[in-house]
Amino acid sequence: MGGLIQNLNVFIILTMLSGMLSCDFITPGPVAENEILDGPIEGLTFEQNALFVAGDEAFGATFTSKTGLGPIFVATSCGSCHAGDGKGHPFTTLVRFGQADTTGNIFLTRGGPQLQNRAIPGHMPEQIPEGATSAKFTPPAVTGLGFLAALTDEQILANADPGDADGDGISGRPNYIIPPDYFQPQGIHQFREGKIIGRFGKKAAAVNLLHQTVNAYNEDMGITSDFRMEDPINYAVANQSADMIADPEVPAAVVRNVVFYLRTLKAPIRRNEMEPEVIRGQQLFSDLNCVACHLPEWKTLESDISVLSNQIFHPYTDLLLHDMGASLDDSYTEGIAMTSEWRTPPLWGLGLSKDAQGGVYYLLHDGRANSIEEAILFHGGEADGSRQLFLQLTDDEKEALTRFLESL
Amino acid sequence: MLLTGLTPTLAQDKQVSKDSLKINLNMDAVYSRPFLQFGKSTVAIGGYMEVNSNYFVTDGITEGLSFHMQRLTIFMSSTINQRIKFLTEIEFEDGTKEINIEFAALDFELHPLLVVRGGIIMNPIGAFNQNHDGPKWEFVERPLSATTIVPSTWSNVGFGLHGKSYQGSWVWAYEAYLTNGFDDTIIDNELGKTWLPSTKESPDRFEESFNSTPMTTVKTAIRHRKIGEIGISWMGDVYNKFKEDGIIVDNKRRVDVVAVDYNTTIMQKWYITGEWTWTFIDVPETYSQQYGSRQTGGFTDVVYTILKKRMLGWDKARLNASIRGEYVDYNRDTFNETGGKIHDEVWGINTSLSFRPSLQTVIRANYGYYWETDLLGNPPSKTVRVQFGFSSYF
Repeated sequence: MGGLIQNLNVFIILTMLSGMLSCDFITPGPVAENEILDGPIEGLTFEQNALFVAGDEAFGATFTSKTGLGPIFVATSCGSCHAGDGKGHPFTTLVRFGQADTTGNIFLTRGGPQLQNRAIPGHMPEQIPEGATSAKFTPPAVTGLGFLAALTDEQILANADPGDADGDGISGRPNYIIPPDYFQPQGIHQFREGKIIGRFGKKAAAVNLLHQTVNAYNEDMGITSDFRMEDPINYAVANQSADMIADPEVPAAVVRNVVFYLRTLKAPIRRNEMEPEVIRGQQLFSDLNCVACHLPEWKTLESDISVLSNQIFHPYTDLLLHDMGASLDDSYTEGIAMTSEWRTPPLWGLGLSKDAQGGVYYLLHDGRANSIEEAILFHGGEADGSRQLFLQLTDDEKEALTRFLESL
Repeated sequence: MLLTGLTPTLAQDKQVSKDSLKINLNMDAVYSRPFLQFGKSTVAIGGYMEVNSNYFVTDGITEGLSFHMQRLTIFMSSTINQRIKFLTEIEFEDGTKEINIEFAALDFELHPLLVVRGGIIMNPIGAFNQNHDGPKWEFVERPLSATTIVPSTWSNVGFGLHGKSYQGSWVWAYEAYLTNGFDDTIIDNELGKTWLPSTKESPDRFEESFNSTPMTTVKTAIRHRKIGEIGISWMGDVYNKFKEDGIIVDNKRRVDVVAVDYNTTIMQKWYITGEWTWTFIDVPETYSQQYGSRQTGGFTDVVYTILKKRMLGWDKARLNASIRGEYVDYNRDTFNETGGKIHDEVWGINTSLSFRPSLQTVIRANYGYYWETDLLGNPPSKTVRVQFGFSSYF
């Protein structure tokens, strides 16, 4: 009998061990694809998937003083500004300064356009020079950018109405930017007087994702690359030497991998889009003429990444500058934009913003709005008509509109 | 009373016995191990190995099943004289990826309350750092707080004193050392968080102090034979290079770690072990807040002996069920910009079913569930760890 019990014990032990090791019991399941922003576009080839992974790793890599961080910087990695590829937090909100009108930035020789408000030990961070105007910029979500990058300038210009010819009070226009010397035009681009349409950034000051990425490495993290070989320095300190790490601190291949990653991040996937309240909110969004700037639907033409070719997508932006009125005029600008003009931000992924911002909304260009309604109420200028219509909605209608926006 | 509990023996190739009258503390762990002594040699040797399988799943994504040679540790001791002893512990981690001298020290006993120790010393911070041998634990993974806040195994070169005093069923002990210490990688590393283990990457730390300022480590502990043990410890150091060529280039920036450890046994069936740690780091105000100036963390293991009997032909074999609760907060600061809490935390529950054919060998199966948040406190990632492994002294 004793032997039987002993064998039974052994049997129980072995059964429990094998049970624990042989099956997927009580393991955390995957987060639903429409609940997260990161992940690749479906249909990439194996080779493209490998590039995506390499770019993802570079995007998440934290720089240190020994790998080139700073000496003055805002953040230590791409991922620290775009947690989960979503919007940023006031912790990594950056400050741009020095340009008060369309004649250009007069503080470029004093550290402009971007403030590096942190420094590695042994260095002093920058401060905004006296007399410089400035604005805060909250990091945007980075998902779906490949679709926006695939649009042609001609498509963007088709929605521009700089003189408000149709008389609807909305006069979107592109920002034209002098491209950096490493810029290589593609078939989608059209030069105008040596400038190119900017399509990324709060003021649409970056002409493509390479431009945006190179600037982010350099101005956000103080990382030199083959495309920009000098570290940012604090002009207010007599010794203008930068860090002692050999340049480039990242090679071109790493930057290009990150660009590929950004191009192939999936577009945010909608949630609850069939709910009656969401459908009602969608109709209200249209009735309030929000769609005049937050253009719902686009279609790409041919792309060198085949899964981006001929794709219909829904970013809710026209990529154009609009005058947003006095309440959003921070007296700072870039390119030919006026200080009150901002590029229409894509609204896709808005409902997932809180999951990247620590459970709180930080909306608009500088995160000043902590709710969708508050963000709407900050709209002015060309959007004032829509704001007035919003104010006339019932509470239920406002709730439906919010539910729709959260479903994006 | 012998210094270490090792009883010299003349027997051929004999396992060295321990002094059964002695009450062992965590600080005795380095000598409280099974050693083999050969003939009349004064040298005794021993060691342990740990091997395990890993199957981890994070948010539904797994890298699959893999096998891990965690460590092979060899120790040698020598009773040079009745009151002069030497012990060294050499560890091969992850195969031969890391080869470390974790301990290599001479003890000179001037008096039981005054023993001089010099060499590579395991700093007595908390209990796990000194009492970390795999076969003693029911879990494959070492506690998070003991490896990522206190960087176990944390050894440094230096000198100091230790001693013990016995009073009936009580023993009180102290340790105090000056050693080399931390460097500035603790706030400048690729993990992007205050990370004391980063200093262990420095190949120079056994050769010289990073900033010529010694680290102080002090511990005191008290144990009752029937109640248990409690210890309190502190280590503090200037971690940055504040002087170059004799010229002051920065403020002295300190790191201080305080730990409380405890263990007790209830009815010879329940074994409770744990420690809690608080860390304070002077991080420059103009640096990134992702490097926290305050950290905390701890764990408690509760081990229950389900069976203790002859099993599978082994006398006094044990079957244990265990649970570990653990928590670490790598950044207890608040954001300057919002006043909100900085998160960067991990919570974990780990369970174990372990079989001990003898006290020196453990076969263990673990299932652990961990929640990890980023700095901002976004929805946590969830990880399950399923591990099976052996660990044994030899």
